[in-house]
Amino acid sequence: MSSIDRRTLLKLVGLIGATAAMPFSLARAADRPLVVGFIYVGARDDFGYNQAHAEAAAIIKTLPNVVVIEEENVPETVAVQKSMEAMIRQDGATLIFPTSFGYFDPHVIKMAERFPDVHFAHCGGLWTEGVHPTNAGSFFGYIDEGQYLNGVVAGFASKTKKLGFIAAKPVPQVLRNINAFTLGARSVDPEITTTVIFTGDWSLPIKEAEAANSLIDQSCDVLTCHVDGPKVIVETAEKRGAMTCGYHADQSALAPNGYLTGAEWNWETPYRAHVATSQAGQPMINFLRGGLKEGFVKTSPYGPLVSDEAKARADAVKAEMLAGGYAIFRGPLKDNQGNEVIAAGTALGQTDVVLESMDYLVEGVRGQI
Amino acid sequence: MKPRNAVYRAGGLLLPGLPTLLAALTTFVLFMLFLVVQGKPAWQACQLVVQGAFGSAFAWENTLQRAAPLMLAALCVALPARAGLIIIGGEGALVLGGLAAAVTPLWLPGLPVVPLLLCMALSAMVVGGFWIGLNGWMRQKRGLNETIGSLLLSYVAIAIFNQLVEGPLRDPASLNKPSTIPLDDSVMIGPISDAFQVHWGLVVGVIACLLAQVLVRNSVTGFSLQVVGGNVRTARMIGLPVDRLVILTCVLGGACAGLAGMFEVAAVQGSANAAIIAGYGASGILVAFAARQNPLAIIVCAILLGGIEASGSLLQRRLGLPNATTLILEGILFTSLLAWEALTPRIVAWRLRLNERAEQTQGALQHG
Amino acid sequence: MADLDLATFFLALLAGAIRVGTPFIFVSLGECLTEKSGRINLGLEGILVSGAMAGYAVAYLSGSAWTGVLAAGGTGLLLGLLHGAICSLPRVNDIAVGIALMVLGTGLAFFLGKNFIQPQAPSLVAIGLGDWSDDERVRSALSINVLFFIGVALAFALHWGLRSTRWGLMLRLVGDHAESARALGYRPVLVRIAATAAGGFLAGIGGAYLSLYYPGSWNEGLSSGQGIMAVALVIFARWQPMRCLWAALLFGAAGAIGPALQSVGISTGYYLFAAAPYALTLAVMFITCRPNQTLSGAPGELSLTR
Repeated sequence: MSSIDRRTLLKLVGLIGATAAMPFSLARAADRPLVVGFIYVGARDDFGYNQAHAEAAAIIKTLPNVVVIEEENVPETVAVQKSMEAMIRQDGATLIFPTSFGYFDPHVIKMAERFPDVHFAHCGGLWTEGVHPTNAGSFFGYIDEGQYLNGVVAGFASKTKKLGFIAAKPVPQVLRNINAFTLGARSVDPEITTTVIFTGDWSLPIKEAEAANSLIDQSCDVLTCHVDGPKVIVETAEKRGAMTCGYHADQSALAPNGYLTGAEWNWETPYRAHVATSQAGQPMINFLRGGLKEGFVKTSPYGPLVSDEAKARADAVKAEMLAGGYAIFRGPLKDNQGNEVIAAGTALGQTDVVLESMDYLVEGVRGQI
Repeated sequence: MKPRNAVYRAGGLLLPGLPTLLAALTTFVLFMLFLVVQGKPAWQACQLVVQGAFGSAFAWENTLQRAAPLMLAALCVALPARAGLIIIGGEGALVLGGLAAAVTPLWLPGLPVVPLLLCMALSAMVVGGFWIGLNGWMRQKRGLNETIGSLLLSYVAIAIFNQLVEGPLRDPASLNKPSTIPLDDSVMIGPISDAFQVHWGLVVGVIACLLAQVLVRNSVTGFSLQVVGGNVRTARMIGLPVDRLVILTCVLGGACAGLAGMFEVAAVQGSANAAIIAGYGASGILVAFAARQNPLAIIVCAILLGGIEASGSLLQRRLGLPNATTLILEGILFTSLLAWEALTPRIVAWRLRLNERAEQTQGALQHG
Repeated sequence: MADLDLATFFLALLAGAIRVGTPFIFVSLGECLTEKSGRINLGLEGILVSGAMAGYAVAYLSGSAWTGVLAAGGTGLLLGLLHGAICSLPRVNDIAVGIALMVLGTGLAFFLGKNFIQPQAPSLVAIGLGDWSDDERVRSALSINVLFFIGVALAFALHWGLRSTRWGLMLRLVGDHAESARALGYRPVLVRIAATAAGGFLAGIGGAYLSLYYPGSWNEGLSSGQGIMAVALVIFARWQPMRCLWAALLFGAAGAIGPALQSVGISTGYYLFAAAPYALTLAVMFITCRPNQTLSGAPGELSLTR
């Protein structure tokens, strides 16, 4: 390498270094905008989990004095650690929303320990006092309330008394939804059963379509799901004339006939809370949970096939949930192996963390875990 | 006459680098062209790629960290390639190796950290080596094509991995992310230093590449392998243990992939879970072919690919480009690297001619 | 399991085999054609994904699903041409180019496809062969896409073409022994480029089936490796178009059996069910392969078998 080459190179490196460092030093200035980083595990527009987050992030973008930076398709490997670090170092982010469950342990924890001045608001994790760093926190919504209401509406709509649930993996968040959906339906008619199919991963379109077809072939006439992108399932059911309850986001446009209602996230609420805290320079909100009442989740408008009776019942339950204190999981409750999982007289409130480690399917669910 | 002589000699030395240079140039032009046609800020994007990959100390950490598993995964392709085998199923060996490493502490409780880590590495290498070795064995004993065989075995490995991690080996406390029982913090492999946040997998990857280089270039085994890779019939004729050599390269390659899995578990994830199925195997194939199966070149190519992947993050944040931009860059780069490879025979001819010229001028000088 | 309705179950399985297997038919026939000429294209996965994207995008923009199918084929053709051309250069390894093409193809599809994830493209319509039945399940199972019949016809056509036509023989000659083909005045390089391009065309159509019919939308997770699997499938089928057809249906059935079993209440080991086709292929290959002997039906010039 000639001396000229080397000099230009050094200058270039210096220049890039300076520009890279600039936002960081800017970030320390007094009247700075808050730089908020969003990290998604999949594509931003998946008609599901990631889209629900991205839509709320778009609202945060409109807040005054806030700069939003985003990265999608970031795997749960060292890549997400480096993405978080890059947002902090290169763009001066001081609040980061890593939105996938798998980011928490170990990635978010590790980064939170390394950057104590940055707030890490993780979606879905279970932040524990004394175990996890105080500048990290987790928020999540009690979307099982939405799934319970889905179940109530499905229970009225179903003619065959057989419902279908397409799920990715038998993990607590998913099981809680399956159980809430089933309990909601069986509150209408205890004869109703839910058949569950696990596809094995969060996004497998062909398997999801095949699962929807298999369930309909087994005469399940209302389907719902817990996968990252419900689009394929809702569309397949619509084609076959089956009804669906949505999940994550509003899918009514995909199934104008058969869409009954849906359980949707409303991430705007926790996002705003965290942004406000960061802007005010207050300490991190470490544990944030909420349901319908707190505005963390919402329900889709009713579709054309929902009867007035169903609307009345669902609205009544919803009103109770909005008032607070409604317990979906009440004893006596048996799992589908016949064991008692909640004793008679016990009612587990939504905030009870026991529910966040659910490992059973309730009576009325066909399927094993 | 003297300067011209020097030019000839320099030309003769630089010529082998010509295909790589042309490939880099082609990639640059095509990538820019693509972005311009898309109406994206092409020049800025190229700057950001360089900046994101190599533009700061952090960028280097980012790049090297991503390069570390690729080196080991690439050796899983490059070592068997020495014996003429094309293995594309390194991912399977990697995930099973990671799983083996993650469960080793359960079977060896109470072992001090260093021996425990060595045992974990060993079990990962044994399992990875077995998995790819199986391919070599099936090929030598049954004539089963190793490329397809390794691909299929990789799918089987991933299924076994998922079934075990979500079934019998699952830690009941791992709630929404099914994982094996986490490693103790003391067992976790940390960064090389606080100022250099890259885990030790990088060092091991580089050492593995260097050892592989010694093996294939400077050892008797390496020479035998070259004969086997060149012509099996000749190899058999001169009495080389062909089967054993082929299976050996597979086992060694698989061991490297298994080791990569061990580092993913012990330096990154802390337990075996589906996050380690991240496509390192496929990236390793690209690296190995781009490096023309040369272990030293693997180090360079892995860093290059790591850099491109690292820069994707900046491209998304600064320019709002989709993350697929880096895939396109990788695709163009590797396609052109392979295409310009076609120049090699010509280059050999040009080099000969240049050397002749150099000798002629030398001769002329001496005579004059 | 007590209330397992066998008839429904098998009907569902058959329907699933056709639904899931159709893209396999196209991709494997395409790969079969390419491999018969002595080349292997591992980049079919990239072509399939590009085809799916291009098909969906063009169908949306033009309003016609069939225009989309043609566009998908055209995209596949171009990418196949690229693969064929690069591999014709000296010293270029076709497997490596295939893998580079896989990255490039998926990259292009994901990049250019961003704007087409949300819009709704018209989808291909199915033929309702079961309209006579009162049972919705029978009607659904027998509503089959035209592409399936085209795929079946293509398998027959290729079977006949490779055996009994002049170009078929030439293709096989090029794939088996390029020297003899050259001696007869044919140009193996051109034949191979053409065969790879044709293979790409078919793989592109396979992609269009995914995005325009089943599951019928474009997104980045659409393909689950059908393109790569097709390469294994062709070897499984011993390079015979008719066997490709059966193998594609078998792989389709294997993909459908997991959900079908779970729908009747058998839900353990779904990962292993998902890997069943791969294990099965491996087992069949292991049993039928003989050492020191190339596979029967294998093109002699194929880098895989040499």
